[in-house]
Amino acid sequence: MHSSIQNLCKLHSRFVLGFKVIQSLSQQKTFSSCQFKPFSLQSRIPCWRSSFHNSNKVSNLNVNSLGRKLVPRSVCTTSLLSKEEKITVNYINRDGTKMPVKAVVGDSLLDVAIDNDLDIEGYGACEGTLACSTCHLIFEEKQFDSLPGASDEEMDMLDLAWGVTDTSRLGCQITVTKDMDGMTVTVPESVADARDV
Amino acid sequence: MFIVFTMKLVTSFRCCRILQSFQRRSILGFHLQRLYSSQQQFRVCVVGSGPAGFYTAQSLVKNNKNITVDILEKLPVPFGLVRYGVAPDHPEVKNVINQFTALAQGGRCQFFGNIDIGNDVTVSELLDMYSAVVLSYGAASDKKLNIPGENLKGVYSARNFVGWYNGLPQDMELNPNLDTETAMVIGQGNVALDVARILLTPIEILKKTDISYHAQEALSRSKVKRVYLVGRRGPLQVSFTIKELREMVKLPGTRPLLQTADFKGLDKVIPGLPRGKKRLIELLYKTANEEPRNADRIETTNREWGLKFLRSPLEIIADKSGGCVAGVRFAINHIQEKGGQEIALPSGEEEFIKCGIVLKSIGYKSVQLDPIIPFDTAQGVIKNDKGRVDKVRGLYCSGWVKRGPVGVILSSLNDSIETAKTIITDIEDGTLSEKTSETSLLDLLTSRGVKTVTFEDWLNIDREERLRGQSRDKPREKISDINEMLDVAFKDKKDT
Ligand SMILES: Cc1cc2nc3c(=O)[nH]c(=O)nc-3n(C[C@H](O)[C@H](O)[C@H](O)COP(=O)(O)OP(=O)(O)OC[C@H]3O[C@@H](n4cnc5c(N)ncnc54)[C@H](O)[C@@H]3O)c2cc1C
Ligand SMILES: NC(=O)c1ccc[n+]([C@@H]2O[C@H](COP(=O)([O-])OP(=O)(O)OC[C@H]3O[C@@H](n4cnc5c(N)ncnc54)[C@H](OP(=O)(O)O)[C@@H]3O)[C@@H](O)[C@H]2O)c1
Ligand code: FES
Repeated sequence: MHSSIQNLCKLHSRFVLGFKVIQSLSQQKTFSSCQFKPFSLQSRIPCWRSSFHNSNKVSNLNVNSLGRKLVPRSVCTTSLLSKEEKITVNYINRDGTKMPVKAVVGDSLLDVAIDNDLDIEGYGACEGTLACSTCHLIFEEKQFDSLPGASDEEMDMLDLAWGVTDTSRLGCQITVTKDMDGMTVTVPESVADARDV
Repeated sequence: MFIVFTMKLVTSFRCCRILQSFQRRSILGFHLQRLYSSQQQFRVCVVGSGPAGFYTAQSLVKNNKNITVDILEKLPVPFGLVRYGVAPDHPEVKNVINQFTALAQGGRCQFFGNIDIGNDVTVSELLDMYSAVVLSYGAASDKKLNIPGENLKGVYSARNFVGWYNGLPQDMELNPNLDTETAMVIGQGNVALDVARILLTPIEILKKTDISYHAQEALSRSKVKRVYLVGRRGPLQVSFTIKELREMVKLPGTRPLLQTADFKGLDKVIPGLPRGKKRLIELLYKTANEEPRNADRIETTNREWGLKFLRSPLEIIADKSGGCVAGVRFAINHIQEKGGQEIALPSGEEEFIKCGIVLKSIGYKSVQLDPIIPFDTAQGVIKNDKGRVDKVRGLYCSGWVKRGPVGVILSSLNDSIETAKTIITDIEDGTLSEKTSETSLLDLLTSRGVKTVTFEDWLNIDREERLRGQSRDKPREKISDINEMLDVAFKDKKDT
């Protein structure tokens, strides 16, 4: 139990710190996931979930060496939570099923899929670090045109995605905005499905 | 730097979300399982715990509530090439381990390590115990060049070299000769780029990764300054992908050494190329033609890498002592189109290039693990149709052993989904039957003196490796001795 609490503390300090770093980076458009709001996570993660996976990340993260002052957690949770806005996004799964879900404005489309427990096999394998292209989504043309441009790194991964189209993007790189309300994104069929037909 | 840092933060948030979502699902799964317990239960066994093994298991338990899966692995540790192939400086790729871990802890899929299928237990025995057996055992060998000098000291297969720097027990003693300035990598795929990058990356960067300590030590003393990647065909036929090339172009302390002449005229071809190839060739062309040619980088760099095209190795030549590599004699090729493919044909000319180490990176190769498996020896794959192994009822395959040693982790996801679908179809149409023998495999193995490693046991190894990593300021220090792995795995059992 003691170690869980320690972990929770580590986790929280990271969220808060993360938020600060993310804020300071928000001008950089390279990774749109920079803009997601850590507070929405804080409220969702009980301490017991943090123990296994985060132990490895701790050593990567030298909080002190960055010399950042940690903002007390309560500051950003309560003040920002009330502003959480939700819209509806429809995901079409590999088998053609339509899955309408609520998406928090500012989250990435990978976050939305995870938070809504969308059952898309293998989705988000690299957890949004631009190393897998399992989060590949196909957009409607109109919506696609209004998205901010893709970085070279995203384009590089998209080149490897299976079934890439002219309106393909990587879900982990797309931030939900208000104007996306009601939009539909399609998970490309897998190779297996393509060969079936 | 900041971006990398932010990505790590983002990753840790996501980790939690993904785990949380999986746990919600597995709790639901457990209830469903109980509801369905009056129905037939199908036990499936997967051989191999790489991406194909885990993805097949995942797809099976997700899409049919009456299936449970046992994943059997030869090594005491799971994850196949994610642990022992993926380069140490690509930790993001290894995040997929979190999904696999959630599956192994979700209740319907169990991992058992330290079981060598084919030796400790045969495939036929497994077929007697399980409704279906899925072979996902990857590619344990490599393609040979079949040229004189291939067995000289200083010639290694990239597979062994990768195993060496990633702490694979069987490659611990490789001891590659790094006491030379020029290394020659034969092949131009992503594995070739991986080994070239590891040879050239500044040690300050490498030592912060989970590279094995013995390799880190050897590489810190390495004299290698120049790495050539040699392809038998031209720039349009390279097999590596753009992300990995970009990484190489940007590698700190290292400059590209590309001959402008090799890329002449490609600018005319680029617009007509398919999407993926187009951006790749554009990047190659741009890098080769950069003006002033790397002038600013020459100052700040002391290592270099180059691509050589249209060269097929004819012979690896020994030095005067006769034991070590002195260089490679190549046939110079030209490209000819034949049946829609560009093939390399010798032009009659030859070239000798000096080097002190040769790494053969011309592809992995699967083996026939058990005589019962119908195997296409030429292609190095199991004979199958959509994952259903020819002529052996109840036997299936997925991953590299099914479609050959090409493709990234995502490709294994796709073909595992295909195999799982095939199995579920066979269950639903009654081809496969329920087999009830809860403990017999473990009993059988115990009677043969095999100590199986469970997922909980692996977590002991995992914790110990992270702990050892901490003292060296790296994410983990892998244990690369099998007996030591087993000692650590079973430490709780010893205590009690
Ligand atoms: C050097 C290298 C780097 C790579 N880097 C990347 C990358 O950065 N990104 C990416 O997407 N892809 C990468 N890949 C590709 C990726 O690793 C493969 O696509 C994938 O691992 C293939 O999965 P698999 O499960 O078929 O095989 P493997 O991952 O090889 O798994 C096979 C498993 O079977 C086990 N096994 C073998 N024999 C037996 C036996 N007799 N009994 C029981 N178990 C057995 C093995 O120990 C192993 O654990 C890389 C590949 C290599 C070689
Ligand atoms: N970062 C990553 O995503 C990553 C990293 C590593 C590996 N992987 C994946 O893992 C898979 C395996 O990689 P790989 O590099 O082993 O295989 P690969 O991509 O098939 O490359 C093999 C290379 O060897 C050459 N070759 C084959 N036989 C030869 C011969 N007899 N003589 C001379 N050259 C020969 C090939 O040239 P020809 O084209 O002329 O045959 C090709 O350049 C690939 O799909 C790769 O993308 C991915
Ligand atoms: S989740 Fe891997 S690239 Fe988006």
